[in-house]
Amino acid sequence: MKRFVIKEFLHIFRDTRSMIILFGMPLVQVLLFGFAITNEVKDVKVSVVDPAQDEVTTAIRNSLFSSAYFLKGEILYSQNEIEESFRKGKNKMVVVFENDFAGKLGRGEKPSIQLIADASDPNTANLVVNYANGIINNHFQTLYTNPGLPVVVPEVRMMYNPALAGVYMFVPGIITVLLMLVSAMMTSISIAREKELGTMEVLLVSPLKPIQIVAGKVLPYVLLSFINAVSILLLSYFVFGVPVNGSVVLLLAESILFIVLALSLGILISTVSNNQQTAMMLSMFALMLPTILLSGFIFPVENMPDILQWLSALMPPRWFIQIIKSIMLKGTGLAYFWKETLILIAMTIVFILVSVKKFKIRLA
Amino acid sequence: MGTSEYAIECASISKSYGKVKALQELSFSVKKGEIFGFIGPDGAGKTTLFRILTTLLLPDTGTALVDGLDVVKDYKALRRILGYMPGRFSLYQDLTVEENLQFFAGIFQADIRENYYLIRDIYEQIAPFAKRKAGKLSGGMKQKLALSCALIHKPVVLVLDEPTTGVDAVSRREFWEMLIRLKNDGITIVVATPYMDEATLCDRVALIQHGRILATDTPQAITNAFPWQLFEVKSTDTLNMINLLKQHPEVHNADMFGETVHVSVKPGRISADDLFSYLQEHGHLQSEIIQGNPGIEDCFIDLMRMTNE
Repeated sequence: MKRFVIKEFLHIFRDTRSMIILFGMPLVQVLLFGFAITNEVKDVKVSVVDPAQDEVTTAIRNSLFSSAYFLKGEILYSQNEIEESFRKGKNKMVVVFENDFAGKLGRGEKPSIQLIADASDPNTANLVVNYANGIINNHFQTLYTNPGLPVVVPEVRMMYNPALAGVYMFVPGIITVLLMLVSAMMTSISIAREKELGTMEVLLVSPLKPIQIVAGKVLPYVLLSFINAVSILLLSYFVFGVPVNGSVVLLLAESILFIVLALSLGILISTVSNNQQTAMMLSMFALMLPTILLSGFIFPVENMPDILQWLSALMPPRWFIQIIKSIMLKGTGLAYFWKETLILIAMTIVFILVSVKKFKIRLA
Repeated sequence: MGTSEYAIECASISKSYGKVKALQELSFSVKKGEIFGFIGPDGAGKTTLFRILTTLLLPDTGTALVDGLDVVKDYKALRRILGYMPGRFSLYQDLTVEENLQFFAGIFQADIRENYYLIRDIYEQIAPFAKRKAGKLSGGMKQKLALSCALIHKPVVLVLDEPTTGVDAVSRREFWEMLIRLKNDGITIVVATPYMDEATLCDRVALIQHGRILATDTPQAITNAFPWQLFEVKSTDTLNMINLLKQHPEVHNADMFGETVHVSVKPGRISADDLFSYLQEHGHLQSEIIQGNPGIEDCFIDLMRMTNE
């Protein structure tokens, strides 16, 4: 076992390609994804704080929710509840009306509307707020054509990411993509290489158990992927100033869970591919593209067609991105994403069971 | 562990890949402490058979016991006592000579120092290159390293699939000297080779073709059983002469062996002189004919023809 792990490390360190993928990739990707990515607004959940509940606020609410962009969320009553609803991911934006809204408007005063958005996904937050702004302005302009009346301008507040920095958004995604890539692709390729070069034949005719071969393959990559995750976090902290608002220990623990999941997926891929080429292609198509496209990394899951939303629910990265976003940007604890964590654990168990079962103890 | 006198016992082993029958009802046994050779051309089924013996493939039918252990049921126990060298070079090319040896000792939980006496003679020849990567070794040295790695856990049975293919003549001889020494250490060796000349170095051989065993015996007994009388003929116009010889009523067959032609005739019917004058009558004035002793290759070709007919 010990010898096996040593051997794996030697393979990795002596192969320039592996070294580039392992350690050059994080750098390149972090720089590449520094660019922001645009999104679209559709069916975004919006909650309301409306202490007045008069005819004016009701009318504004109606024009907000009659648009195709927003879905009616909850009625909230206090500042604390707003915070809570964001943490639970119940809505992307909260509209806060001032008390005695209609009264103030009638007296010629300027009542305020506050739009509070969850900007841990800055692109979406920005768009959502702009749309809402537009609808409210439109509402006042069509209803109150009298120029003497004061124009209500909503006041906007971005939560969790006040500067709307795109970096905040892409760091969780980049960690997910890299862990997936390094872990799954590298293990699947390294097992496929043993098959391709014929060394698997010799390994099989040895007392090594399948679980030992698998563990020997996995261990070095758990370590290296973990180093990778830490270095991306350090890089984003020192270069882009991305904070980790939640518990670092929890973040690392969840990362290890996800690494193990990705590794078991890699082993699963290797059980069905007989050479490095196949392993590479399978990893690319089965892991890379879904990770980038369906996980909510680039395109918000809420905007996808139903079929893609279901598909995305099957993608481990989707859940992991939610978890690390919560930890890094919202600073929440396990209580807020235990469901996602359970889903990841369940997926890991399934992958490990299937791959140990499918691991061939013989040739052909 | 096994108490029988046989290290390997195979009974009607068959294996097909789709419609291709790789092995057909193969039965044989290998005695403990002997070198047993499988002689046959590429595609005869040697590799398939060896993979079954080393638990890598499941036979379609039949049973195989290695050191008393069933290759299907007891594969786990068997994998501890087998030494296997596949036909293709199967060490880690990016690891050094030393690292490869340490790795294989490691996975078998063997102590290199304890078993070093087994590989000393062969490993000392590659020891000067201990820090060189295995992929950068010459063909002969690769095979010596592979043998060292297959031996380091002191296997009971050593299975070598064409270990000398693509190896120079000197290294081949050294390799076989090594095998004979290992045999004297009590290790049973099963070896496949396409080289007929290596057959005589085995204690017993099985001639194999199209997944069937044509004959199993000592090399001596196999050549003794050759049913024809053999002449070796040399001439300037070999191709023409072969056709001519085949037309002779007493000649069973004529085959080219390098520069000479081996002619098999019905025993006791004609002499070298008769053949000589037959050739002269048909214009081959400068031929040289001597009585020959059949080799394994002669036997192989003859048996092959018999089964094909």
